[in-house]
Amino acid sequence: MSAATTARRYGLDVLVVDEQSSPGGQIWRNIEHLSGTPRMAILGKAYEKGLDVVNAFRASGAVFEHGTQVWQIEAGARAFMTRNGAASSVEAGHLLLATGAQERPAPFPGWTLPGVMTIGAAQIVLKSSDQIPSEPVWIAGSGPLSLLYAAQLLKAGGQIAGFLDTTPAGRVVEALSKFTGAAMNAPADLFKGLGWLLSLKRHVRFIAHVTEIEAFGTDRLEQIRYVTAKGRTATVAARLLLVHEGVVPTIHPTLALGCKHVWNIDQDSFAPGLDAWGETSEAGVFVAGDNAGIGGATAACLRGELAGLGVARKAGRISAAEAQTAAKPIRARLKRALAARPFLDRLYRPRQKVFVPDDHTIACRCEEVSVASVRAEIASGRPGPNQIKAFTRAGMGPCQGRQCGYTIARILAAAEGRAVPDVGLQRVRPPLKPVTLGELAALIDADQTP
Amino acid sequence: MTKELDTIVIGGGLHGLSAALYLARAGRKVAILERSWVGRHSSGGTAAGVRTLNRDPAEIPISLEAMDMWHRIETIVGDDCGFHAHGQFEVAEFEHHFPELEERYAMTRAMGFENEELIGRDELRRLVPALAPHCVGAIIARQDGAADPHRTLQAFRRATEAAGVTIYEGAGVIAIEQVGIDWRVRTEQGNFVAPTIVNAAGAWADKIAAMVGDNVEVGHKASMMIVTERIAPLLKPVVGVVGRPLSFKQTHQGTLLIGGGLKGKADLEAQRTFVDFTQLARGARAATDLFPAVDKVRIVRTWAGMESSPKDELPVLCLSPNASGVVHSFGYSGHGFQLVPVCGAIVADLIMQGSTSRQISSFKIDRLYKN
Ligand SMILES: Cc1cc2nc3c(=O)[nH]c(=O)nc-3n(C[C@H](O)[C@H](O)[C@H](O)COP(=O)(O)OP(=O)(O)OC[C@H]3O[C@@H](n4cnc5c(N)ncnc54)[C@H](O)[C@@H]3O)c2cc1C
Repeated sequence: MSAATTARRYGLDVLVVDEQSSPGGQIWRNIEHLSGTPRMAILGKAYEKGLDVVNAFRASGAVFEHGTQVWQIEAGARAFMTRNGAASSVEAGHLLLATGAQERPAPFPGWTLPGVMTIGAAQIVLKSSDQIPSEPVWIAGSGPLSLLYAAQLLKAGGQIAGFLDTTPAGRVVEALSKFTGAAMNAPADLFKGLGWLLSLKRHVRFIAHVTEIEAFGTDRLEQIRYVTAKGRTATVAARLLLVHEGVVPTIHPTLALGCKHVWNIDQDSFAPGLDAWGETSEAGVFVAGDNAGIGGATAACLRGELAGLGVARKAGRISAAEAQTAAKPIRARLKRALAARPFLDRLYRPRQKVFVPDDHTIACRCEEVSVASVRAEIASGRPGPNQIKAFTRAGMGPCQGRQCGYTIARILAAAEGRAVPDVGLQRVRPPLKPVTLGELAALIDADQTP
Repeated sequence: MTKELDTIVIGGGLHGLSAALYLARAGRKVAILERSWVGRHSSGGTAAGVRTLNRDPAEIPISLEAMDMWHRIETIVGDDCGFHAHGQFEVAEFEHHFPELEERYAMTRAMGFENEELIGRDELRRLVPALAPHCVGAIIARQDGAADPHRTLQAFRRATEAAGVTIYEGAGVIAIEQVGIDWRVRTEQGNFVAPTIVNAAGAWADKIAAMVGDNVEVGHKASMMIVTERIAPLLKPVVGVVGRPLSFKQTHQGTLLIGGGLKGKADLEAQRTFVDFTQLARGARAATDLFPAVDKVRIVRTWAGMESSPKDELPVLCLSPNASGVVHSFGYSGHGFQLVPVCGAIVADLIMQGSTSRQISSFKIDRLYKN
């Protein structure tokens, strides 16, 4: 939205497409409809802030097409998309990918059982259909989103049976080295997080430093077993377990386009390599938002403004000098907005088991491939992610490896004493989103058929 | 690194593996040099259709022999490679397409081949109930079928290694020089020396040929595939259709595999292919027209794989007329999977005896020489 609003200011024709039914992205999902309803209060101040951004976007003159899935992008740039069951393609001079973040896949034994879902998914339900789980839930995870959702859930009248905090012991101390920078620049954010945590500890059974989780059940979740750093093991009854281990950039589209990616050590993930305007290694392809590296909503908007300027500059709508002048204050604000990141990245860096799970864990849920069978394939001398895919089918399912890509790379890296960036991810094969044969067939005009 | 070798095979695709297998079983010391990894290109992206149907008459004799081998593939490589002989069909949608099939049938019979058969509407219905009712008949080869590409690769690789072949992955060939009666092959992993060489470098085989003085004009082709989500059993044979780009089958996992002459783009230098969805749409249209029930089935993946493809779409399978001890095996033009077992045996004949009893006279390299 921010990039579009900025680009419009310089007279560019802008088309924004989104899967959702209204603008707002993940964080401000459904905000136009919730504005003025009691749910606004439950979702909090940070949510409310989105209205200004959405309103500015709506007023900018950019064309917004909702309910639209982009399933293929060709360099140059042509995007193929489906809307209301009809496929079409659009050509444009420049392309901006603002595809945000996805939850970090965090496989553990039993994570594929019905009754286990991610906090991100639960929060979507809360924002889009005002539903909260009717019975007490278990929450297991780490990272700001787990705390935020717990706070929102309690405010909405939900119940939490227990909170298994998987943040490893000692992380606070490690993170403190980054605290001063963080506190000086973004105190509000930090204190907000601290507030959630303290209130949670007061109201809910809170188990710190959980190192292992396992979910059991015949057809659905019945029990959870957990182990703490002190070695305490407990098994509890559970009907619903919500898990979350942070977020990673959504890089499928940039991978598919062949953009160069770099490994972000602090965030344990890849992100596209970008210039100062958010342009990737593929000319004319820009990136803004969390898919440029996790930075949060404020940073996402600022990166959007920079990318909007970058496109206007490339399109010759403003001179290089004008662009620099306009970018200067935005860059300063971006620096402030990102100041708390190193602290948060340290604090919520996932434990090792999230990356390299035990043998009896499912690595690829689409094709039900276990960690053990991936390891067996490595042992028989097939040392690449694409070979693992060919021989185990891990990554061949409908999610296209979004769930197992990092896990496979990590297992390989661990088995061979290599670094994840050396191993790399599986090749991404189009389409980015499942499109039906009928939709694709409809791309041809009737007169072209024999 | 210098090895005491009899033969160096360049290219770790199925044709390189098969050639190495037959040579090693005949007692030769063989190394395979593969630039990326085994199966990285055509052989890993293939639809794995095992088809004698509709082949160029020049290919039919070796294709029929290959078909016999597929029916006993387990005795050759120790695994059935997921091969099932449920037949290959070429369907006529309209009455005016049928004469083309009849002509084809008459021609193959006249040449003495009996693998193809004509069937009418009723038999077609019976064999492929899911097919749209407007189709009028088909030419079919009942002994044809399809295999599982990854199992096939794995089986050929294992058999080859078990026969004593060493496979070097990440060993791209950069140059070839003659030293006395030997060839010295320079790679990214050092030098290899042997008196004989097999060029099975797929899409890049013309580059290897040029290194030994065979300068040829060979086109390229990037065939595309669509794979869908798994669905309930729909059909068993592989189905193609007259006048449209389609090869349609269901794998034993339940996914649909759709291809058949849909061409994407290739960047040979970068060793990358690109899927062209505008082209792919034609395949999707053919699939939904012939099998209306698949309209709502979701596409999960698409890809393109590249290989060399001479103008006449026939392979290059011969001794080099210029370079002694060099055998070429490439140019399989999008239909070389089925030929894999027999071509390995032919390459071994050529390397060891300098000739073969099989009919390969149409596959000479000099037909493609640049003037
Ligand atoms: C999408 C698709 C569908 C197909 N469907 C069918 C089908 O249904 N039925 C059928 O019969 N056939 C089919 N084919 C064709 C068949 O797959 C190929 O003919 C066959 O796999 C070719 O094998 P190959 O070993 O010659 O080539 P490749 O498998 O491409 O192997 C060549 C190898 O040479 C290596 N190489 C290249 N240059 C060098 C160098 N300088 N140094 C070292 N190594 C080098 C490459 O890395 C590569 O691994 C299909 C092909 C594709 C792409």
